Amino acid sequence: MEHPYLFFVKLFEIIGLGDFAHHYPHVIYSWVVMAILIGFGFFAAKVVTLVPSKGQNVFEILISGLEEFAVGMTGEEGRWLTPLIATIFIYIATCNLLGLIPGFFPPTANLNTTASCALTVVVFTHIIGIKYHGAGYIKHFLGPVWWMVPIIFPIELIGHLARLLSLSFRLFGNMMGHELVLMILFGLAGAFFAPLPIMALGIFVALVQAFVFFLLSVMYFQSAMEHAH
Amino acid sequence: MEATALSFFIACVTAAGFGIAIAAFGCGIGQGIGLRSAVEGIARNPESSGKVTVTLLIGLAMIESLCIYALVVALILIYAHPQAGAIAELLSH
Repeated sequence: MEHPYLFFVKLFEIIGLGDFAHHYPHVIYSWVVMAILIGFGFFAAKVVTLVPSKGQNVFEILISGLEEFAVGMTGEEGRWLTPLIATIFIYIATCNLLGLIPGFFPPTANLNTTASCALTVVVFTHIIGIKYHGAGYIKHFLGPVWWMVPIIFPIELIGHLARLLSLSFRLFGNMMGHELVLMILFGLAGAFFAPLPIMALGIFVALVQAFVFFLLSVMYFQSAMEHAH
Repeated sequence: MEATALSFFIACVTAAGFGIAIAAFGCGIGQGIGLRSAVEGIARNPESSGKVTVTLLIGLAMIESLCIYALVVALILIYAHPQAGAIAELLSH
């Protein structure tokens, strides 16, 4: 596997931090995504009018779409979760789409980024459970009848750990697989525009995977908020 | 030492090839069954096509993720198996 040419890694090489940049390209590109998102947010929030202009309209559609979808699943009490899950969706979607620009590496193609997003979601699930139910949150893990607890409790615990694994590996596998296929196709027939259909598929996969992560996060939050069955 | 590392690598790569092929086979059948039900639902009630499409895409992404887990295992077998250091030296000189 030859190493691809990455713009920001070369930039860091020029200023002398080449070693750091080569080993951690996902960190550098997540800084790029942060800069892009903070820049967009700053310019979008500058002029907020009652009758929205074009730019403000785009952001209103995006954020109200996410919020209404989440509230539709969790009920009105889940409205305070909007900043977290909207951030998750927008951040992961931008990270995924960044990989389609030649010379850029998607941060989500590295297991560290996806595991950090998944860890945030899983820990926040437990925070929500404790906030809504207090010590009674343990009843979510104990099953319907008391004498099945020794069987049900380990299974529920493993199920929760499996959520962490599945969230991180789903996103990582999709992005890494996309990157690998692109690399192989470039090596085989790059001069004949062979990778183009894969890049078209990549736009679709990027948005779908961000949406699936968002949807699963909302479902986990909702199952922590509801009463145990 | 090199011979055992190489035969270990050959076994790993063969397993990776078969593993991902079988996973793709199962994934294809699963997604095909889901897709059939979605298209039947749309054919029976064209007004629900928006909701059915969204549900279909979510379901396809879930089934796809099972194949992705198998892909990750195959990648581990090819690139991160215990003899990876020995194979890297073998192929680099």
